[in-house]
Amino acid sequence: MGMQFGIFTVGDVTMDPTTGKTPTEHERIKATVEIAKHAEEVGLDVFATGEHHNPPFIASNPTATLAYIGAQTENIILSTATTLITTTDPVLIAEDYAKIQHLTDGRVDLMMGRGNTGPVYPWFGKDIRQGINLAIENYALLRRLWSEDVVDWSGRFRTPLQGYTSTPRPLDGVAPFVWHGSIRSPEIAEQAAYYGDGFFHNHIFWPASHTKQMVQLYRQRFEHYGHGTADQAIVGLGGQFFMRPNSQDAINEFRPYFDNAPVYGHGPSLEDFSEATPLTVGSPQQVIERTLSFREYVGDYQRQLFLLDHAGLPLKTVLEQLDLYGEILPTLRAEFEKLRKPGVPDAPTHASLVEKAGGAKDSTVYAEADSATGSSDRDIHDPEVAKVLEGEL
Amino acid sequence: MTRIVVVSAGLSVPSSTKLLADMLGEATTRAVQARGAEIEVEHIELRGLAHELTDNLLTGFAKPALQTAIDHVRRADGVIAVTPVFSASYSGLFKTFFDVLEQGVLDAKPVLIAATAGTARHSLVLEHALRPLFAYLHAVVVPTGVFAATDDFAGGPELPKRVDRAAAELAALLAVGGGTPTPAPHRTLVEDEFANPTSFETLLKRASEGPPEF
Repeated sequence: MGMQFGIFTVGDVTMDPTTGKTPTEHERIKATVEIAKHAEEVGLDVFATGEHHNPPFIASNPTATLAYIGAQTENIILSTATTLITTTDPVLIAEDYAKIQHLTDGRVDLMMGRGNTGPVYPWFGKDIRQGINLAIENYALLRRLWSEDVVDWSGRFRTPLQGYTSTPRPLDGVAPFVWHGSIRSPEIAEQAAYYGDGFFHNHIFWPASHTKQMVQLYRQRFEHYGHGTADQAIVGLGGQFFMRPNSQDAINEFRPYFDNAPVYGHGPSLEDFSEATPLTVGSPQQVIERTLSFREYVGDYQRQLFLLDHAGLPLKTVLEQLDLYGEILPTLRAEFEKLRKPGVPDAPTHASLVEKAGGAKDSTVYAEADSATGSSDRDIHDPEVAKVLEGEL
Repeated sequence: MTRIVVVSAGLSVPSSTKLLADMLGEATTRAVQARGAEIEVEHIELRGLAHELTDNLLTGFAKPALQTAIDHVRRADGVIAVTPVFSASYSGLFKTFFDVLEQGVLDAKPVLIAATAGTARHSLVLEHALRPLFAYLHAVVVPTGVFAATDDFAGGPELPKRVDRAAAELAALLAVGGGTPTPAPHRTLVEDEFANPTSFETLLKRASEGPPEF
């Protein structure tokens, strides 16, 4: 598969400005599952969810969401946009995503992000001013947890590890593919390039110039670190559209959602914002043309995700948007394929990573039965248990 | 070539704020040229950027005209900042422009502060509002600020004298005429990082420096 197409969601619970109705959390959570399942039905390759730990979002616990969707789908790749590498313990990320890998037979990858909600950091015992440092140290540990069976580690932001084995081990001995997302922090492009990981630019709400600058730096540094030529770096982009067969219908229908949207509402006009950012509101043909133009400033890339379900758009409308997305999908695939320069790598999948690693291998760490399991802090003071622990019984 | 940017936040046409801004720009040109250096003065009138400034507050990015103005300030050797007095302080429009500048853009940059108002009773606005703002932004504020009340535009030697003194102080701070000015140290801006990225080895080492935070 040359290029992957999909959707990403931030899981916002927003009032529909045309009806005044706000979905309940329950409705929004169930709607998210519907959307993901329909994404697979219309032929998309990727569903990614964001992570938020505060209202008005339902995007906490992305791993439960992804596993639940994974159980009800067959082919779609499950991903994140983004996983908070700053405030989430890398030890948990290592376990959680390796587990989903096994459950879904490798249909998972993830995108690291820092998160820009200030108060979330102290809620998780962190400091937003250390965002970059947290992203760097935590990710360095996460990689080790996936690539080494037994890890001794100490660092600045979490307690040390001695003889720690993260379980389950990654499926087939291959860690999930990782993207790094950042809008305007060159350090993150540098990080992605250093490891030869993917770089994703969210490419919504921001001018294309930000995207171009970040991708350019990432590609240069990818080559600098010897992972291949700049053209071979793995790039993903976000995007945002609202489509109707007739472009004026799309504009009329979307305008109230745009005007009241949480991020950019009550600011620039729909027309200004469409010009300043990659937002496209119009006919399917206009969406095709705009999307194809992205490669003119980032080069040939591997993954395109669109944000469709935000700003209070009702589920029915989002599902219709997915239908239209499905209708233009064959054209998008064919046109991108035609334009793609030779030598540009395909989008990474579990299968391609396994192949690159020289085949699948069982990575299970087989250990002795554990005689200490079942003991608690009280048991340790129990003379009988103490004898067991000391090997006397 | 010394580059000066004059930022003025007058709203009416004609505006006494713009008038004062022009006087300061011209006086600075004379003062720099008197030191045998070349100068280029760029005027930014915030009134025309009012919509884009508000949009920037809401969207987090600057549209092209505002971005051009920001780039001028970033590349300038010195700034002349002139605001009308609104409700005993700088105007909201004036403050918004400095709010959307990236932290570090004004680090170590000489800034001449000036304000206009209806009466001389507002004259201390320079000291209680503008000077602290630019001190926070790590600018080097010219000791003489220029305040002009409506009366000052009636003629008389006082305002031009003060304008010339402030301009001469700004020219001195720009270190022109006395050899090559050395670039002042400033915080690393995003553009610096793009131009000259910190290697990942350094980032990795830096990430874990410092006492444990768990």
